Formats: sequence, structure tokens, C-alpha cells
Amino acid sequence: MKKMIKGLFPVLVSLLVASSTVFAGELVIKGSTTVLPIAQKAAEAYMAEHPDVKISLSGGGSGNGIKAIIDGTADIGNASRFIKQKEVDLAGTKGVYPVPFRVALDAIVPIVNGKNTVENLTRDQLKDVYMGKIKDWKEVGGTPGSIVVISRDSSSGTFGVWKDLVMEKERVIPGALTVPSNGGVVQAVANTPGAIGYVGLGYLTGEIKAVDVEGVAGSEENTLNGSFPISRGLFMFTKGWPEGDTMSFISFILSKKGQELVKEAGSIPLF
Amino acid sequence: MKRQHIDSGVKLIFLLIALFSITALTLIMVFLFKEGLPILDTVSIKAFLLGKYWYPTDDPADFGILPLIMGSVSVTLLSGLIAIPLGIMTAVYLAEIAPPRVAELVKPVVELMASMPSVVIGFFGMVVVAPFIQKLFHIPVGLNMFNASLMLAFMAIPTICTISEDAIFSVPTALKEASFALGATHFETIFKVIVPASLSGICTAVILGLSRAVGETMVVLMAAGGAAMMPDSIFDPVRPLPASIAAEMAEAPFGGEHYHALFAIGIVLFIFTFAFNLMADFISHRFRQVGEASL
Repeated sequence: MKKMIKGLFPVLVSLLVASSTVFAGELVIKGSTTVLPIAQKAAEAYMAEHPDVKISLSGGGSGNGIKAIIDGTADIGNASRFIKQKEVDLAGTKGVYPVPFRVALDAIVPIVNGKNTVENLTRDQLKDVYMGKIKDWKEVGGTPGSIVVISRDSSSGTFGVWKDLVMEKERVIPGALTVPSNGGVVQAVANTPGAIGYVGLGYLTGEIKAVDVEGVAGSEENTLNGSFPISRGLFMFTKGWPEGDTMSFISFILSKKGQELVKEAGSIPLF
Repeated sequence: MKRQHIDSGVKLIFLLIALFSITALTLIMVFLFKEGLPILDTVSIKAFLLGKYWYPTDDPADFGILPLIMGSVSVTLLSGLIAIPLGIMTAVYLAEIAPPRVAELVKPVVELMASMPSVVIGFFGMVVVAPFIQKLFHIPVGLNMFNASLMLAFMAIPTICTISEDAIFSVPTALKEASFALGATHFETIFKVIVPASLSGICTAVILGLSRAVGETMVVLMAAGGAAMMPDSIFDPVRPLPASIAAEMAEAPFGGEHYHALFAIGIVLFIFTFAFNLMADFISHRFRQVGEASL
């Protein structure tokens, strides 16, 4: 079955390529759900300017975005993290050279329930909370009550950044609730008085309260000047140096106008 | 002669259709095992099934699925505790006690419950039930084993009720009349004659209902809390097997250890539901009520 699909694939791709050269340019973009709103805004604006180009967009996660580039099933692979060594090796065996473009910045902000009185946490405190060493809010200066740790699935890009920048080499306790999306974390924290979670900057709403890290508020300004400690780049990967429509789309996102769309999508523009 | 040709042609077409679905299923199974078994190159069967830590993306990674198995087992048992009495008693009521008019009304409603999309039930559990049970029991978090079990019970009740009701309904009238003739009350007749006579059907119903609960994904993904820990109380968050596959498959690197581990979880889940169905099949054949003499 799998072999058959693999065998059919080049045929399909060549059909697609052949038809696209005759009718119009087609751009396939896949990957991280964090980059998705940016790609969506940019794609709409780009297609309005270039009616002859058709962009198809889908999510699936950072891993899938990079995988799609390596397999050649997408022109642009979105990722909310940098490429991993394992993925570079895999690309190498298939003769693919992934090229990264940093298109935006994103900050991951710890959030608590609106009724919580805690305003600031240090990175060590965050780490101890997520390791299960700190179990009660009174240990970090809040009103007594047990802490409900909410995390993301271990394969999500947001979790990956949290793990690298906050947990360092340590593990999140097994008892942490895991939620499959940023929106789900907001929902769970808003409904649970003792909860702590973390989401991308674009997902902060009035329902929940953002907590400062090391005395620095998670904001666009503090991310751009580098003082907010939990921030990351958002990437688009292409297979080799981009050409044609792919190149033109990447340049569009990196232009002044594209970066305004990044801001509209809730992420932090590069300039 | 011509009619015989048509006949054999039709036979052949039906054979092909039957073969097609069987082939597709077999291929899925082959694929499942082909993608799942390579995890045994990384961890031993014992470490995989009995390991207490599930950290698939760490370096070095831990692939112990015991907390996930415990999650599935506990959620299924608890939902069974809720759904079995409710399902069977509803069935008894519908088949034996309810006036025909009430039964005509209640039966379709119960069957309608079966057609409720699981994502809707999961969302209901996450948004409505979770805050409610959190306040009711004064527990830190409402997304837990109890919540998920409650939602799964909702899904299992229609299955258990409909199949049990059929079984109860098909108990020969002669049995009932004999019981009444001996002076038994309606209540005695139900619990000493009708229920024992339809026991095999009821068991099948229970097992099929529970096997639905074991394999259900969306509800446990949304309402169970998703913590890969060994549960100590019914208010602990858990992470059943299907939830792990659904939540992690999208991001697991293709062909990597994590990917194979998730397929191996699929094998474990397949064995679970297969055993349930086998059991249902066995019971319905072995303990089938034949005639009236064996009561």
C-alpha cells in the first residue's frame, strides 16, 4: 500500500507541476500551528496582489512542516522552532538542503487564573513549579492553594521552547495536565483557579493573567529588545534556495507590508 | 442457462466486495504491526509495557506506557460502573415495565444518544462539566478521570441499553407466563427469570459498550486532563492510550522512535479491543439460551 502511494507520488507531483506551469503558480505551505495565522494573513494578501498564484495552506505542526520540505510535499514548511540535527541528517540522506527564514518573533508567557495574586516569577521558580518541587502558591508569595500545572504535549513546538528555555535539562512532572493547543491552555487556566500554564504572546486574553518573568513583562517591546527571557523565532523553511513564487512569497513576508501582517496575526514583527 | 450465469456473476461480485473489506482491514493491521514493532529495537517489551515514565521526546527518551494503560483501564472501569447499571436497568424498564407509549418515546431518544458526535460530548465535558465538578467536589482541577468516565458512560449507555433490550425482549413469553403461573411477582420474574435468561445478550452488550469506551479518543483527549501519571484517586488527571496517539502523532518525526512507539500503542489498543470483541463473541455463543430447559 505504502509503496503504491510512494510510486504514485512522483506522477501526481509531476501532474501538479505540469498543470501549474500551464495555468497558474501553486504554492503549498504546511507546518506549525503557531506560524499558521501569519501564513494565512500573508497568503490572503499575496493572492490578492497576485491573482495567478494559488496558495494552499495547512497546519500539522512544526515537525510535519519540516518533514514536508524534506519529502517535497510542500514548498514552504513552517516551524515554531529551529531545525533539529536529526532532521538535518534525514534531509542530507535525501539530498535536500533546507533553508531557514526567520519571519517573526514570538514570546511564550506564563499565565495564571485571573483571581491569582502572583505577579512575578523567576525562571528558577517556574522550573521548580513545573518539576513539582513547588506545589503550593504560598511558596511563591501567593494565597495558599495547590498549584495545577498545565503543560503542552511533549511534541508541540511551544513545549519544545519551554523545555529548552525554562526546564533546561529537567523533566516536567508526569502529573502535569497536557492540553493539545494554545487556546486549550487559555481555556483550562481560565476555568481552574489554581492553574499555571504558558502560551504564545498572541493568545493572551482578558480571561487570564500574564505573569512577569524575572520582573520583565511579556510584551512585544521586551521581546524585541531581548529582555524577555522566554522568546523564540518563527521560521519558514524552503527546500534549497527558493525560486519563483516561493521566493516572491518569502520576500513579501519579509517586506514592511508583510511584517505588518505578522503583527496583525498576533506575533511580533522583526522590525 | 442464462439465469445461472447471472446468478454466478452476482455471487462473484459479492465475494469480491466481501474480500475487499477484509483485505483493507488486513492491510491496516499489517501496516500497524510493521510500523509499531520496530520500537522493540529501542526498548524491551517489558520496559515498554511496564515502564512508568512516558517522555517520548526527551533525550534520552523514556517509552514506558504503564501510566497510559492504567489511564485507559481506570477510565473504562469507572465508566463501566456508571454505564452498566444505568444501561441494563433502562433496558429492563423499556422491555418489561414501561407502558408501550413511554417506551416508544424513550427508546428513540436513547438511540439518538448513540448518534451524538464524540467531539461534542468531549467539548461538553471540557467546558461545562469540568468547572462544575471542580466546584462541586472542591478539587484543584475538573479535567480528570471522573469527568472522562462520566462522558464515556454517556457514550456506552446507548450501546449497552439497545443490545440488552433486544436480548430481554427476545426471552420467550412462555418463560414469563410460567413464572407468573407459579405465583411470582413481576419483580421476581424480571430478576429471577428474564434477566438470567437474557444474560448472554446482556454480557455481550456490556462488553461491546466497554470496548467503545476503551477505543474512544476525542472524549478522553478533551476531558481526561492528559497527565501521563499513575492515578491515585478518581480525581487525578489521566492520559489514556488513544489520547496519547491523537495528541502526539502529528508532531512525531516520521519513522523515528516516537513514531514507532505511537504505533506500538496502537497495537496494544488493538489487542485490547480485539480481546473485548472476542470475549463478546465467545459469551454470546457459549451461553446462548437454547430452549427453556437450561434455566
